[in-house]
Formats: sequence, structure tokens, C-alpha cells
Amino acid sequence: MSTERPVVTVDGNEAAAHVAHRLSEVISIYPITPASPMGELADAWSANGSPNLWGVIPEVIEMQSEAGAAGTVHGAIQGGALTTTFTASQGLLLMLPNMFKIAGELSACVIHVAARTVATHALSIFGDHSDVMAARMTGFAMLASASVQEAQDMAAIAHVATLNSRIPFLHFFDGFRTSHEIAKIERLTDDDILEMVSAEAIAAHRDRALDPENPVVRGTAQNPDVFFQGREASNPYYDAVSGLVTKAMEQLAELTGRQYRVFDYVGDPDAERVLILMGSGVGAATEAVEKLAASGEKVGALIVRLYRPFDVAAFLDVLPASTTAIAVLDRTKEPGATGEPLLQDVVTALFDSGRVMPRVIGGRYGLSSKEFTPADVKAVLDELLVDEPKRRFTVGIDDDVSGLSLEVDRTFKAEPDGVLRAMFFGLGSDGTVGANKNTVKIIGEHTDRYAQGYFVYDSKKSGSTTVSHLRFADAPIESTYLVDDAAFVGCHNFGLLERMDVLGRAAPGATVLLNSPYAADQVWSHLPVEVQQQIIDKGLRLHVVDADSIAVAAGMGRRVNTVLQTCFFALSGILPAEEAIEAIKTAVRKTYGRRGEVVLRRNFEAIDGAVAGLAEVTIPAAVSGDRRMRPPVPVGAPIFVANVTAPIISGLGDLLPVSALPADGTFPTATSQYEKRSIAPEIPIWDPDICIDCARCALVCPHAAIRLKYVTEEELAGAPVSILSCATRGRDFPDHRLVIQVAPDDCTGCGVCVDVCPAKSKEQVKHKSINMEPIDEHLELERERFDFFLGLPEIDRREVAIGTLKGSQALRPLFEYSGACSGCGETPYVKLVSQMFGDRLVVANATGCSSIYGGNLPTTPWAVDDDGRGPAWSNSLFEDNAEFGLGLRLAADQRYKAARMALARLGGVLGDGLVDGLLGADQASEAGLFDQRTRVAAARERLEAEASPTAKEALPLLDALIRKSVWIMGGDGWAYDIGFGGLDHVLASGHDVNVLVLDTEVYSNTGGQASKATPRAAVAKFAASGKATGKKDLGMTAMAYGNVYVAQIAMGANMTQTVKAIDEAESYPGPSLVIAYSPCIAHGIEMSEMMTHQKEATSSGYWELYRFDPRMAASEEHPFKLDSRAPSTTFHDFAMKEARFSMLVRSDPERAEELMAAAQEDIDERRRFYEQLAGLERGLPGEEVRL
Amino acid sequence: MSPDLRTTYLGMELANPLVVSASPLGRDIERLIRLQEAGAAAVVLPSLFEEQIDHESYQAHAVMEHGAESFAEALSYLPEMTSYNTGPEQYLKLVRRARRELTVPVIASLNGASPGGWTSYAERMVDAGASAIELNVYIVAADIDESAEQVEQRYLDIVESVRGVIEVPLAVKIGPFFSSMGNMARRIVEAGADGLVLFNRFYQPNIDLDDLEVVPDLVLSTQSELLLPLRWIAILHDRVEASLAASTGVHDGFDVIKLLLAGADVTMMASALLLHGPARMREAIDTLYTWLESNEYESVEQMKGSMSWQGAPNPSAFERANYMEQLTTFTLPRR
Repeated sequence: MSTERPVVTVDGNEAAAHVAHRLSEVISIYPITPASPMGELADAWSANGSPNLWGVIPEVIEMQSEAGAAGTVHGAIQGGALTTTFTASQGLLLMLPNMFKIAGELSACVIHVAARTVATHALSIFGDHSDVMAARMTGFAMLASASVQEAQDMAAIAHVATLNSRIPFLHFFDGFRTSHEIAKIERLTDDDILEMVSAEAIAAHRDRALDPENPVVRGTAQNPDVFFQGREASNPYYDAVSGLVTKAMEQLAELTGRQYRVFDYVGDPDAERVLILMGSGVGAATEAVEKLAASGEKVGALIVRLYRPFDVAAFLDVLPASTTAIAVLDRTKEPGATGEPLLQDVVTALFDSGRVMPRVIGGRYGLSSKEFTPADVKAVLDELLVDEPKRRFTVGIDDDVSGLSLEVDRTFKAEPDGVLRAMFFGLGSDGTVGANKNTVKIIGEHTDRYAQGYFVYDSKKSGSTTVSHLRFADAPIESTYLVDDAAFVGCHNFGLLERMDVLGRAAPGATVLLNSPYAADQVWSHLPVEVQQQIIDKGLRLHVVDADSIAVAAGMGRRVNTVLQTCFFALSGILPAEEAIEAIKTAVRKTYGRRGEVVLRRNFEAIDGAVAGLAEVTIPAAVSGDRRMRPPVPVGAPIFVANVTAPIISGLGDLLPVSALPADGTFPTATSQYEKRSIAPEIPIWDPDICIDCARCALVCPHAAIRLKYVTEEELAGAPVSILSCATRGRDFPDHRLVIQVAPDDCTGCGVCVDVCPAKSKEQVKHKSINMEPIDEHLELERERFDFFLGLPEIDRREVAIGTLKGSQALRPLFEYSGACSGCGETPYVKLVSQMFGDRLVVANATGCSSIYGGNLPTTPWAVDDDGRGPAWSNSLFEDNAEFGLGLRLAADQRYKAARMALARLGGVLGDGLVDGLLGADQASEAGLFDQRTRVAAARERLEAEASPTAKEALPLLDALIRKSVWIMGGDGWAYDIGFGGLDHVLASGHDVNVLVLDTEVYSNTGGQASKATPRAAVAKFAASGKATGKKDLGMTAMAYGNVYVAQIAMGANMTQTVKAIDEAESYPGPSLVIAYSPCIAHGIEMSEMMTHQKEATSSGYWELYRFDPRMAASEEHPFKLDSRAPSTTFHDFAMKEARFSMLVRSDPERAEELMAAAQEDIDERRRFYEQLAGLERGLPGEEVRL
Repeated sequence: MSPDLRTTYLGMELANPLVVSASPLGRDIERLIRLQEAGAAAVVLPSLFEEQIDHESYQAHAVMEHGAESFAEALSYLPEMTSYNTGPEQYLKLVRRARRELTVPVIASLNGASPGGWTSYAERMVDAGASAIELNVYIVAADIDESAEQVEQRYLDIVESVRGVIEVPLAVKIGPFFSSMGNMARRIVEAGADGLVLFNRFYQPNIDLDDLEVVPDLVLSTQSELLLPLRWIAILHDRVEASLAASTGVHDGFDVIKLLLAGADVTMMASALLLHGPARMREAIDTLYTWLESNEYESVEQMKGSMSWQGAPNPSAFERANYMEQLTTFTLPRR
């Protein structure tokens, strides 16, 4: 056994992907959280020319969906290639049909799964076994890893065993807890892996390839006579799997000393009570069981590694004969079953064994990464002592509805002594997590100590907070749960003290490092009194450093990470001071070195300046000052918000009982207004004196934080003197005054409004009508103004020309204060749709950024108007959104028909006049809609007064008489790739749906992977050397139908055209497709200038603006209108301002030149084509046929 | 006897006194080859801008870090590149290629405004094959708290720091805006310059009246701009221990002749080449040759500086008297 193996500090994804890449020839993938990094790493390794064990660079291909990835995997196996893929959750579900085939054909391959919750009442990106459990029937062998080390080791065992057994393997580890935990592991060398893998098995795999030199057929259709027998023919292969896995485990043990078995056991060898589980919970279970066993309790834990095929003999072999009671834990839920899958397997195995049946109970734990700690383990083992234990239970939650949950004594701890635990609270933008990852690497790779890092992110994409949980110890760390009793707490942003319970998990006497603008002798009274009290009560030692100033002086802006990292090393003494500084610099060099000398220089300067700024605070005996922590929601918030939303905002969601949560996932809208985040350091301040009333600022605001209202003098009467207003301009709102107001606590400070403001002061041109100014100078006054502003009356929708820029902006946004990135390019479009049609809007939202900022708890930006009307929103899946939206349309139409039928029978009650009015209503205008609503209200009143069954039946149908606007929204990943087939079908259906594609030209939500919307010459993940092929022209494919309204828009390029296109799309009584150019941080641009980038995208011809209106065809005009002028600049001019293009120009100038020339040709050719189209007459396809 | 066009610049013997000036022209090796074929005796490559390198490196870093490690589903938004090439590598590649493809001396140009880590770039340029370094220093003294002495000292510090790291000749390209241009020139030479390039051209701010924005502007030089370097070359010739190169406003052979007469060792051309192509180089050399021949000069060396401050029949014309002279000969147009 060699001891020369490299020690690396990696996460579970990297650990597994490393082995998979070394052992594969074809890797066909599709991004999905939390498995995406495996595919990205594999792609990066191949792009860098890193070969597999046999010198061949694996071909990594990104497909249009997991279904596509699985198809390619299937084909590659049939072609005789060593093949793998990575996925999770819904992605695994999309692979199921192929998995049945692959297993049925006894084909060796491995699917590595970062196990993730399958969406049910809600989506969750976090970890549990609901996805892998859904794959039990496929015939894949299933191998579970419980730690980062195991993610590597089991990956190797899976690849070896699949070749030897011909049974395909699903290797899984828990999403986030293992996939994203960073830990020190011993890396397998190429020699190790080569030693384990069988050359004969590989040769046999290749021999089975479909090959015309030796032709066979596979995939036949069989009939009742033989299918069954054929299905049973594979049994011997399954019977052999456990033995072959055991053999691979023994090989690994021989090489590395790490001995695994298909079932393992820890605890008292003569245990009476045994816990059975698999996955990352094993760490917590091991700690608890060992502690309890050491204190004399007869307990143990049986660890499942090879879950399928379930080897009963091996299972019984490790289960102590002394066992009298068993608790089986499943990290999944199978509603209505007699028990969850692992429980059922265990019961069946025991029953078949003929042993005296021990008592067996089963429970659920850890769904969606719910914390699972030794305290939970103890609660489960304790339950086995009870006379009448809960046969089915849950642990880790408070179930006050079904009463299934176990009581947990949270004071029970089982973490071994000698562990240094540290927590760090930071902002996403300050680099805290990156520095902590480096800290874990430094300790892990520079010392003999073990290190672990786990990182918790919040649900917002702007102003997000991060919490890092770090452990350092002399022995391997098995604590697979969050840090508690931290000996060190770093608070990297002063403001967080008011928002989060930063010191709640600090151990008594812990060291606290605070990034503070106040010096050590002045900081105390600036701390919230609650924090002061915690410091006094726990006897904490507080140190401050003004990291912001040090970082700014070093030219690092707000990136305070290396300053605070250096201070952590200084205070913790985990390494000698000089050694620590050298190690941090080495880590910085390794992480950022490629990006240039200046990056290193500035970081080094920050590191060198850090310790000198550190000072310890003398803790007074008593609290002082009047600062208090901010309440999560304002006083007076609705009951649900106060009782449910507020604890979630405060980070106390774990404490909510089952009864607090809606059983069907239905939540109230209009809740983002209660989540006041105050994250902007600067906010826009309006100067009415030079305002030209163009409404652009409100239109472009991604967060609806710039509002405007047109009000009369009378309505303004009685306003506080501080309220600003100015005269209106133009013909839209005569006799009104304009009020523009910032929502100071909701603004993210992106500055897009300032970028587009065209009104400049005559005296000082840099002063615009709207200017970013420090929030501290304006917050109080702007809060007052905003409160008053909210009370000003909304304009009557009937008075507004909705399809115009100013008209649309006179209307209240019903999409506000989302958690989207600061300066998001998508949300202005979404908000615009909510303004124009919000009170009758139904939204089907594809999974992606828009579903996350639209529907991620705790709050939703979808809002309601004063009458309580507003968008009704839902997210089904990623791949099915168009179909889902069509379903909503069909239902609305059917309800409308049912309502008409019902009305026809109610002429007597309602009066023929009202019925005629309701049935014949023209709802094309706001006035028509208003009148219809009035009629519906009248009808409701009369029907409620009428007790007849016919009337009662008709009541719920009345609202269906109001015209609905169905919008299908999603990103390019959905529309161009995974959902394209469905989108195409829905557009072809002829039904009245409106599709809004928020085209960021890349998978934004999962971190910038290339889609078919990614343009030629851009770099993206899976196209790191620049995308070689051009962007799909989605608009043209839709236009081919002839009866689909199609528009391509870019708000920053032409705001009027944007509003007009959305208005036309909605009014068109058939399918409409609007493709909206949406800048994204994945473009590598300054987001405050994202509207200017849109303008340049269009002026260079990169993004053409057009509208194709079939109504024009019907009236024999030219239906295609090219709205953008001939290009006045080149693609190069545009592209060099965006890092997605310019990065390639630097890194590979020759390829960039070639690709950019081709991209310019794309533009020239497309323009030529569009100009010809603009001159074409075209009629509608066929006769107009009623649907 | 045919005139000898050879000259010596920075200790290097050149076939003639026409050199390609630092400009975007030099980014295209094919164009440099054509210029060499047209007779260019040396080329100065376009400038490597210290600030630009710093800015671009940090920008690339900032873009990579923006939004990173903030959201569980997207720990980054752009792919990590094998190489960002934000440093001087691309420039060094150009130097290496120019050295390989050209036979004339290749002078690398480095542009900066503050002493700092950038001196190492000079070393790397030499390693890449540069025959000499042209250091282009241009400081806009916009900080009104910084005195003239302090600004001048910065020039000298930069020159010294670069001088300290390279063995090859060092030319320093400066602007004319010193209270005592001649004294400053001498101090720069004392600080280690082997030659002076008079003068640099730079982007000047302009105002865009449509957008009311300040925009950088660079117009090509005109022949009238020649007169400023002409004066200072005449004044400095033989009074500083350094080669003199004339840059700015050199558009044809007659310009070259005037500058050589004033005392330039070489003349540098860019705008005229951008406007008229490489052929202009050949035409200028031919003009020089013909002029020397018809005026019976033996060589460039013979004519060099013959009309300098020291050699001219009326040297005061290079000084203030020049202005007086113009005034006295100026007559009002007839109405």
C-alpha cells in the first residue's frame, strides 16, 4: 500500500467528477443544481486537454435536456464507449426511460447523482433521496456515498463494478451537504484506478458495440410469448453485483486502506437498538452512536452503501444478532405507502431471513437538506426504548398536524473534542465564501489537520448574505451538519448585526471578529443592544477591523475577504503568523494568479495591511445606546406574513410547525413589500426641476423601486411640504402633476435609472434629473415621502393609453421588489407586463431565474392592486412551461364556456339585459373590462341573493367572464433548449397565449452555461473556447407558421417598440411570441449600463428589433416590420465592451478573430434576409378555421 | 558619388533616418514587413500601456467575481479561462514576432505615468527581443497640489527605474509642456536616457455636443505640427548627450530634411503612413536622397544639425525672436 497519494481539499462534486473523467470517453450532460459543477469540471478538464486514463480526451457534450443527455449516453454505450453523466432531481426523472433501456440491455455505465429533492408542492434545490428513490425500478444498481472521500471512492467502485457486472450504476451522494461540502480527502492516483479497473471488462464492453463488421440488432419489440422470459434472463447478472462490488471495495482497501462493505456497521457489536440509513446522515449517526455506545448504551448504526441490488445475506451478516429493535430512516417521502422504500426493504429482508423479528419502526428525516444532527439520531434511538413507539415518524421538524414527529433534545451534542469550529457571516459580494474555501484548502493542504467547509446562501440574487461553517480538527471530520457552539465568529458586514442572529451559535467565550467602520473604543454603542447583551452574557471577546477602508486603500473596492481572512488567522492562531500570511498569499496566487499581476498586488497589499488594523474591544459591563435589531417585517403586516413569513426572513423557518405551512403549496402574493432589505448603499434621488416627464426611469427599474404617479393638484393638497412634484409634459396627462418616488428600502442601487435619464442640468451636465446619492443622507426623508406616495390614488386605467411608454408607466407595477440581481435585464419586461395586464394576468413560469426571483420563499414580488386583483402565478417545471401555460389557457376558455352556458340558464334571475351584456361584452379596452367587471359584480350580487342550485353553480364561474391574459414566461434555456418542443407545439396550437422569452443568451440561473441562444464567439460554460455555432433564430422558426405574432425587442434600444410589441402580442387573438433581449451578469458587463448595452446591441445589428403581425397579413399589408435601423456600428464595437466576448479576444486572439468575423457575417446576412422579409407580402396560412 | 543615408540612433547604425513611429500601425506585422520593404530603417512598436494592463487585469477579475459565491445554484457566471492574457503576454508576442520577421531594429514602447511594477515589463520586452526601449511618459498634472518639481521628479524616477533594469538603449518620449523644456531634457538624459523622442501625441478630451459627454479624441498629425519638434531639436542638438528623434508632423521627405538639418538623428512617421500607405516611406527616402544629391551633400551625417541652434545663421530665430520676426512681417489683408 502506497502512502504517496496527494491530499486535496475538494467538494463532493469534484471528488466524483475527477474519477468519472478519468474513466470515461463520452460524457453527455445537462446542467442542473446541485450536479452542474460535475459537468462543468469535466468540460473544463477536457477543454484543457486533460485525458482519461488511456490518453484520450473525453468528449463532453451539453445536450438540450437530461432526456437528451440520457439518449446520448444510451447511444454512446451502444457504440461501445465508456460513458457517464451527472444529474439530479428532475433531471434524473427525465433520464428514467433511457435508464430502463440501458439496464435492460445490460450496459455498463455510471450516472453520478447529487441527490436532490424532486419538486412537489414546491421546488427545492436541496438534498434528499426523492430523486434516486424514483429510479429504483430502472434496474440500475444504486451505490450511496456518505462523505466527500466516499464520493470519490464509490465513484471508482461504481465504474469498476459496472464494467465487471454489466449492470449500470447510479452512484449518489447528498446534494449540497456532500456535493458542495469542501473536505480534505486522499486522492486516488491514476495507478490506483488502473489497478482496479479490468482491461478484459473494458474489452468486452467494446466488443458489444454496434458494429457493421459484426452486426446485431438490439431494441427489438417483443410480444407476450417471450418478453417475460427475456426480462428474467438478466437475473444472474444482478445476483453477481454485490460480490463484484465487494471485490472492488476490497481492491480499494488493499490500495488505500479504506475498507468499505456493501453494508457497514458502527457502534456496539452487541447492539440491541440499531439505526439503518444511507447518505450524508451517516456522519451524524456515527458520532451519536459512538458517543452513546461509549457511555454504555447498546446501540449501533447500519450503513447502506449498495442499496440496489439489495443483498439480503450481506445485510443480515452485518446486523448484530443481538438486535431487538431497528429504526430505519428514509430521506424521502412516499405518500400513502406502508413505509418508505428502505424501511420496506429492511422489513422484507428480515422477514425472509426467518430470524426472530425485531421491532422495526421507520421514519423520514432530512427532506430538502433539513438539518440532521446527533440530537436527531438520539431521539430516534430513544424512541426504540419506548413501550409504544411511533411505528412511523418524522424527525427534525415539529409535526403538530399528524403528530408524527419525535421530540428532540437539542442540547445533546456528540461532536468529538478538539474541533475548532468557526462561522463567518458575509455578503455574497464581499468574497467571504471564496476566502473561506481558500482557508479550508490552506489548513487541509498545508497542515496535517483535517478541514471542512460548508456554505449556506440565502434565496436572493442581490444583496445576498452567506454563512460559512468551517471545522478544523486533528482527526477526520464526520460532522455532516451545520456548526454550532462556534469558537470563532466572523461578521464581515456591520449591517448584518441588525438583520441576522450572528452570535446565536457562538460558544461561550468565543472570539468575534467584526468588520466595523467604528474604532474599538467607539463601536460598542453602535451595536444593537441585543448583540451587546449576547456579548456580555456569553463572555465573548470582540475584535474590530475596518476592513472596508483597508480594501479600498488596496484598490479592492468592497472585497474585504482577504483582509478578514488574514485577521481570522491572526486571531485564531491556527497557523504561526508569518506562515499564515505566506499561505494566504500562496492561496491567492493559486486562485487568482492567472488573472494578472495587479490582482495579486492588490490582494497582497490588503493582506499586509490587515493585522495592523485589528483591535480588541474592551467590553463594558452593561449595554448602552439605542440601536436595536430590525424586525423582519413591519408592524401591521398581514397575519400570515407576521406568523410565517417573518420567521423565515429571520432565519427561524426551521422552527415553524407543520400547521404553519400550506398543505398544497399555495401562498399569498404581494409579500415582498414586507421584506424591507435596505441593501443599496446609494439610492436614486429625483430632481423635479429638470425632469422632462419621459417615464424611462420607472420603465427600466428592475425592482419597481422607482415609481411614478400622475396626480391632480387636489390629490396633492395636504401633502407634506417635502413631497416633490413637477408639471407634466406632452398630451398624455394634462392637468396632472408628476410625482416620482424611490422606494428607499427596496432599491438595490443598480443605477440603471440614472443611466437612462436623458435630462441633464444646464449648469452642471453630470447632474441628471435622477442621481445616485448615499442612502444614509436620504433614507429617513425618502421613507416618509414613499409612505405618502403609496397613499396617493392610482390613476384610473381607463384614462391611460396602456400601449405607450408613458401610459404603461402610469400604471402600478404588480411585480415589485424581487430578489433578482441588482440591475437584472429580465425583470423590467416582467414588471411591464404586470403593469399593462396585471389585474387579469395568469402567468406560467418556467423554472429558472424568473421562477426563483418570482417564487422563492420567503416572499413573492407578484403583487395586487387596491382592489386585491393581481397576477396569479405558478411554476410547473423547466421543460413543460409552454404546455403548462396552454393548459391554463384551455382551462380559462372552458370555464368561460361553462359560464356562458350557466348564464344562458339564468336570464330570469339576472335579467336578459345583464346576461346579454355579460355574454356580448367587448373587453378589448380597459373601459370594456371595467364595464364587464361591473356587470360581473352586479350578477354576483343577484346570484348570491338567489338560493337556487343553478345560481350557486354559476357563482364560481362568474370571474371566468372577465378576459384573462395568459403569459408563458421563461428564459432561453427553456425556450430554445429543454422546452423548445413544447413551445413549438403550443405556438402551432393556434390558442391565445402570450410567450415572453427573457433571452439572456445563457443559462443564467445555474451559472452561465451555453444554450442554443448563446451567440457565436461568446464564451460560456461548455463553450469556454468561444461558441463556434451561431444563435438559433427562434423568431424565424415561429414565424414560419404564419399565424403566430412574433416580436423581438430590447427595452434599452427602443422603449416605445418594446411597449408596443407587448401590447400587440397581448391583443393578438392567437399565439404570440416576444423575445426580449435581457442583459445578465453572465455577459460580463457593468449592469448599471445594461440599457446602454441593449442600445449598442441593436445599433450594431447584433440584436434586431422587429414585429411580425399576422393581422397585417390578413389586411394584405407587409406583416414583417423591421424596427431597427441599418447597423451603424460593427459587431466588434459592441462585443469588445462585454467580457463574454472580449475575454476570448485576450485569451485566444486567433480564434476570437475567426469567430468574430463569422459573427459579423451572421449579422450582415441576417440583416440582408430581414430587409427582404420586410418587403414581402404574405397571407395567412390556409383558411381561418375556428379552433 | 551617391549620398550616404546612414545614421546612428541610440548607438544603433540605421540604413537611413526614417523610422516607423509608435502607432496602431505596428500591431499588424504584415504592415511592418511592407514598411521595412519600403525602406523603414527601424520600427517602434505600439505602446504597451501600464494603466491599461492594470485596469484590464482587475476588470477581468472583477467580472469573474461579480455575482460569484453568492447564490447556491450559480457559484460563478463565466467559465474560468486557462489564460486571461491580461498581462503583457500579447504584447511580448508581438515583440517576438516582429524580431523574428523583421531585419531592422525593433524598438518596444512602454507607456506609463507612475513608477511601479511596470518596469518589469521593460525587462520582459528586452527578453522578447527588443533592440531598444522607448519609454513614453505623459503625465497630465491634474492634481493642482502637485508642484512642477514633484511632477518632474516623477519623470526622472520613472526613467531611472527603467534604466536600472535594462542593458539595451533607452529612449524617452516626452511632451513639450515643461517650463524649462531644455533643462528637463538634459535631466532626463542624466537620469539615464540614451535618446529623446520629441514629442509624443496623445488623446485629448473633446466634448460631444450631441450627448454632452467628454470623449477622447485623436486626430492625425498635420505638417504644421512639425514646427514644435523642429524648434526643440534645433535647440537641443549637440547640447544633450543623447540621440534625438523627431516625431509628430513628419509627412514627407522635405519634413525629414528640415528635421535632419535642425539636428534630428532620426525622424518618425505614423500619420502619413496611415493616410498614404507604406509607399510614403519610400517616397520620403527618395526625396531625401534626391535632395542630398542635388544639393551635393555627402551624407546625412554631414547635414545633421547644420541648421541647429548652434549651426543656423540666425539661431535667435529659434528663440523668442522668432515671434517678433513674424509680427513684423505680418501685414493686414487689404479690405
